[in-house]
Amino acid sequence: MITLLEARNIGKRFGGLQALSDVSLTIRKGEVYGLIGPNGAGKTTFFNVLTGAYTPDGGEFVFNGAVLPSGKPHLVVAQGIARTFQNIRLFRELSALENVMAGHHIRTNASVWGILTQNRHTVEEERLTTERAYELLKYVGIERFATATAKNLSYGDQRRLEIARALATEPQLLALDEPAAGMNATETVQLKNLIEQIRGDGITVLLIEHDVKLVMGLCDRVAVLDFGRKIAEDVPAEVQKNEAVIGAYLGGGHKHAH
Amino acid sequence: MNELALAVPWLGKRNPQAARWLVIAIAIGAPLVAMMFGRTWVRVLDFALLYILLALGLNLVVGFAGLLDLGYIAFYAVGAYTAAFLASPHFDVHLPIWIVLPLAACFAATAGIMLGFPVLRLRGDYLAIVTLGFGEIVRIFMNNLNYPINITNGPQGINALDPIALFGWDLSRNIQITEELAVNSLFLYYYFFLACVVGSIIFISRLQISRVGRAWAAMRDDELAAKAIGINTRNMKLLAFSLGATFGGVSGVLFGTFQGFVSPESFSLMESIAVLTMVVFGGMGNVAGAIVGAIILSALPEILRHLAVPVQQALFGHVLLDPEVLRMLLLSLAMILMMLLRPSGLIPANAKYSHIRYLKAKGVTE
Repeated sequence: MITLLEARNIGKRFGGLQALSDVSLTIRKGEVYGLIGPNGAGKTTFFNVLTGAYTPDGGEFVFNGAVLPSGKPHLVVAQGIARTFQNIRLFRELSALENVMAGHHIRTNASVWGILTQNRHTVEEERLTTERAYELLKYVGIERFATATAKNLSYGDQRRLEIARALATEPQLLALDEPAAGMNATETVQLKNLIEQIRGDGITVLLIEHDVKLVMGLCDRVAVLDFGRKIAEDVPAEVQKNEAVIGAYLGGGHKHAH
Repeated sequence: MNELALAVPWLGKRNPQAARWLVIAIAIGAPLVAMMFGRTWVRVLDFALLYILLALGLNLVVGFAGLLDLGYIAFYAVGAYTAAFLASPHFDVHLPIWIVLPLAACFAATAGIMLGFPVLRLRGDYLAIVTLGFGEIVRIFMNNLNYPINITNGPQGINALDPIALFGWDLSRNIQITEELAVNSLFLYYYFFLACVVGSIIFISRLQISRVGRAWAAMRDDELAAKAIGINTRNMKLLAFSLGATFGGVSGVLFGTFQGFVSPESFSLMESIAVLTMVVFGGMGNVAGAIVGAIILSALPEILRHLAVPVQQALFGHVLLDPEVLRMLLLSLAMILMMLLRPSGLIPANAKYSHIRYLKAKGVTE
């Protein structure tokens, strides 16, 4: 198994709160890796540090053998890591198609001069971006809403659109922050199928999720965070039996490092 | 252009082709009609075109990129003063317009970046306050840079700017065709400005439907998400500020050379607000909106100025309200009505940031 992403001793402190302390984990190419933990365990902070929204206080990420730049989201995306948000963040006034096209921004390079003169490179790039965006809408199954404004889509479709937009950046690692939050049972099943399809196409998935059933059914390996520390990392069946994990979820059984 | 045609009420949606020709006919024929009412009205149209240029540039910053700029007129000042320094007896430098225009555009763009850098992290109200301060600083500089070395000639302004000359053809002179018939210089300026506006519309429309336009729109709608998909928001903001400023600078040059005179009082905060009002009134983020807003809000006060006194005298026998007071009154009223009835402007932005025609073959309809 080839290692895709390695987190080495990541630490992040907000004032008096140690949100992440010494978190190390390894994600292998082609797997679905779950990150779970009680509310406030530091899962989303881990995402934000990974994708460059925050700068870590300590540690580093090694992606494809190279250290990731910290605190520079656009460079992280360029390296091949894309993310979605826990609370959906679409470009509300743009159409679904344009949302996905915007996601392709980092893989295009038409200059202002090229746009002004509409040279061949710009026109061709624009055509490819449009077609690719449409293909991605098809991929997540919402191509019939291509020209609808993003804010008018249903909740489930907005989630799918966000995934399509993240895929448009051509990632090797797709980081999904609670994609099933607020979804009903049918939508969750569809989402599970979509994630499996994404994995099938060779994209590694990092998944934060509360829906334990979804995580256990989907993930190859799971890490559990509690109060900013990694307390377990294993295949789902083993993690479910882990006493520290049970303690963290039920409270009391595990001594927390406050 | 299509957007402008679609904005024509009633006709636009039913027959876009006819609407397009109507817009072209109006643009070409307007000064001829205006001339029937006197030369003043052609002058009003010339100024309307300058305001369109300003509104288009500001719309790029405020409407497309979502950066509220209350000091936009500073770039207009930079352009106008560049023209005054480089083409007037003030320093006795007389460069041709083909050199002055690009230089002014560069200076304005540089000023845009200079404003952009410190405000990169600011948004909304905070950004508005800082840009407002920037606009005032530029004006005060122009006002006070006459001592110890006289650079701007202070509040008196700079006189006798060189008129625009295209290939040795002076736009400020009437063309005498026969002894009776002459093409007034105001017409020449009108068509020259019109060419500039058309060029700007093409440029801005192409920008809007491009990766840059989408990146701006993305940044405007959700900056965090824009960063998360790899948009370099710092560069995109600086690009918006500098391109917007370029339009301000170019229209500043045209304004200075057209008027032949620049002084700091032309670049007050009220002017910034006036241009912003045009953009908001017409419809933010929308090329057609900026144009219509600029035409209405620059021409209406002039019409009012000419009508207010005679109408009041006819109705009441004497003048109750000074036209200037009436202007502000009606402007405020218009804004209030607009907020109540059309909160997203006269022509609400139905902006497209993609060439949907690339997908037509797949049966995607708009």
